[in-house]
Amino acid sequence: MAKAITGKRKVPKMHKQHKVAGLVGAYILLVIISIIWLFPFVGIVLQSFRSYLTEDGGMVSYLVPKAFSWDNYAFLFSEGSGFTRWYINTVIIAFFVAILQTLMVLSVSYALSRMRFKGRRLLMNLWLILGMFPGFLTMICLYFLLKNFGLTQEGAIPGLILIGFASSGMGYYVCKGYFDTIPKSLDEAARIDGASRARIFFNITIPLSKPIIIYTALTAFMAPWCDYVFASYVAFGKTSSYNVAVGLYQWVNNQDYQGYFTRFCAGGVMVAIPITILFMLLQRYYVEGVTGGAVKG
Amino acid sequence: MGETVGKTDPMVKKKSNDMKQSKNIFVKAGRAIASFFKWIGNDIKEIGVTFKEGDWKTRISFLIMGFGSVMRGAVLKGIALFILEAAFIAYMVLFGVGYLKKLPTLGTVETHFNDLGVRVYGDNSFLILLYGLLTIIFIIIFIFSWRVNVRVNRNEEIILKNGKKLPSNAKTFKSLFDENFDKTLLALPVLGVSLFTMLPIIFMICVAFTNYDYTHQSPTKLFTWVGFDNFVNMFSTATDGYGSTFMGVLGWTLIWAFFATFLNYFLGMAVALLINKKGVKFKKLWRTILVLTIAIPQFVSLLYVSKMFAVDGIINKFLLAHGWIDKAIPFWTNGTYARILIIIINLWIGIPYLMLIATGLLMNIPEDLYESARIDGANKFQMFMKITLPYMLFVTGPYLLTQFTGNLNNFNVIYLLTGGGPTSTTLTGGAGKTDLLVTWLYKMTVDKTDYKTAAVIGIMVFLVTAIISLVVYNIIPSVKDEEGFQ
Repeated sequence: MAKAITGKRKVPKMHKQHKVAGLVGAYILLVIISIIWLFPFVGIVLQSFRSYLTEDGGMVSYLVPKAFSWDNYAFLFSEGSGFTRWYINTVIIAFFVAILQTLMVLSVSYALSRMRFKGRRLLMNLWLILGMFPGFLTMICLYFLLKNFGLTQEGAIPGLILIGFASSGMGYYVCKGYFDTIPKSLDEAARIDGASRARIFFNITIPLSKPIIIYTALTAFMAPWCDYVFASYVAFGKTSSYNVAVGLYQWVNNQDYQGYFTRFCAGGVMVAIPITILFMLLQRYYVEGVTGGAVKG
Repeated sequence: MGETVGKTDPMVKKKSNDMKQSKNIFVKAGRAIASFFKWIGNDIKEIGVTFKEGDWKTRISFLIMGFGSVMRGAVLKGIALFILEAAFIAYMVLFGVGYLKKLPTLGTVETHFNDLGVRVYGDNSFLILLYGLLTIIFIIIFIFSWRVNVRVNRNEEIILKNGKKLPSNAKTFKSLFDENFDKTLLALPVLGVSLFTMLPIIFMICVAFTNYDYTHQSPTKLFTWVGFDNFVNMFSTATDGYGSTFMGVLGWTLIWAFFATFLNYFLGMAVALLINKKGVKFKKLWRTILVLTIAIPQFVSLLYVSKMFAVDGIINKFLLAHGWIDKAIPFWTNGTYARILIIIINLWIGIPYLMLIATGLLMNIPEDLYESARIDGANKFQMFMKITLPYMLFVTGPYLLTQFTGNLNNFNVIYLLTGGGPTSTTLTGGAGKTDLLVTWLYKMTVDKTDYKTAAVIGIMVFLVTAIISLVVYNIIPSVKDEEGFQ
């Protein structure tokens, strides 16, 4: 493998000094990286405590507010802001999408990983090709499809749930890759004992797939919190149907952001806290899913 | 997997593979077409044989689906087939035929006011196209199920002829959870994808061949087929053509995807190596700090970062307040600054993912490889180039490809940071300096309501993605037999 490379052997003492210097360098780098990575988050949290009433609701030249205040948060939960409504909307969408999408992905993955049927290759290739079209291409068409069922504007929440999970079967790759690693001999043994495919699926495969189920559900749950494009298109001006992404985006871009900036920060904090806690709790499974997906492609 | 690393010079192998594969594609396509026609021929022959050798029950089934099955006692199957046929005929009579007839023109009667000044709604081109396509899909499904119906009859006859019994209805139902479990599992996902992805994509491909835009908005106005006009316009360099804009946006899309993929990849790996360095403590803490960017929704973090660098954002204001600059730095209003800044900020998003992936993979490299390299006197850099990098590239080849195509369509980062801006005098069609093809597509749909051009851009995105995927997929060494891993 590695070719023989002749190099000078270093004197042990020098080697040690070298090592210490290397470690110090590594720590300095890591601290710099940490500061860069944390800066925006610290910024959001600090600015969310700057009062928009008594200090300045816009963007200023300093990070730490002059006076600590809960005004922005009070505004979020006041009646006129709409934020509570958007928050509830997003939770509902995320919850249902997570459950339904996980069911879809598990079904497709099991069928494609464990069963051999006519048209299997055709289906996989067709979905692969469909996946190469940009998602936004179909936006108007989906909008009119939903409109036909009355699932836009007032009905945007069920509409967003529907388009959130309807096509999710196409995202089976990571999960199928995981199923492929579960030994087939387990299935065969169970079949010899007379178990049906459905029983194997529910009693063997699913209990063995906890990490990938959690990964699928977690990513599905997190996606609606970021969905601005479809959510704003489907809700189309109906403020009570917004999700948090649309609502906060409106504050910071369309409305006078110099007045709404700190309130946007407070809203961002309210969104980020539960998601971050959830993510950190389930991080182990997420890493497993991401790494597995990367290797199997 | 590991033993293939570095055995032969990869470049030599790549080239010869390349040539072989490109030849293979044509041979494969030829064979596929030949086998397709052979399959059709055999199928028609089989249908003929079924009719000729079949009894009267089978022959009636050619017209009334499921008739034979019901008569032979397989009621469940028979009724299912019959309901399918009834539903299809009902749909065709009520809607299908009407829409299908109007499909060639997409409607002829425009919405107008009658003599009394009352608005009379005419044809709705949008719905005609949508339901026309749906009808065609239904017809294909019907032909397919009719074929299944014929085969079912044939099989039943053969079973009975051999003196065996047909499976009972209960058994047929049970098979949906056993040997036919795949059908149960896939029914809903396939329906969902067909209705909410495939149908809209086919619809939009058709729209690319029409003049559907803001001057032809249904239901008040009609739109119709125009052939390849929109494609010609996309590449035309005339003053109202999109030729130069398209090339500009495509160029930036490719540059962006290249840097966003490979800078993230190498720097992410470097950070992973740094954290995993022997002697570095608090590994978990460093990782957690980085992973925060994955956990916190992008629209919060990216919108904040975007405002951070705005002309009146905290960075400019801070620098101005301390007198370090005289004039605000136009981070987002200067095209070149904006492009560089976007790539840098994308590192902030992308490095944590790579760090997670690389950390997992680096642990899989056998320690004795490094041990023997060390004995041979290799230094850190040589070990990285000869062991770590080849291994990582080999294992993550397909991932790099999906990352690249993902970045071609990386809507969130661009849209939330710059919204595609700054605008430019050399670009038309509302495109800005940092617009990718997808964000331009979005603008065409939402801001310009120029659906025909949006559809053309979408098809172009597909072509770029498909070509790159096809070429790269045939080059990377780790493309392997899918079944080989089971």
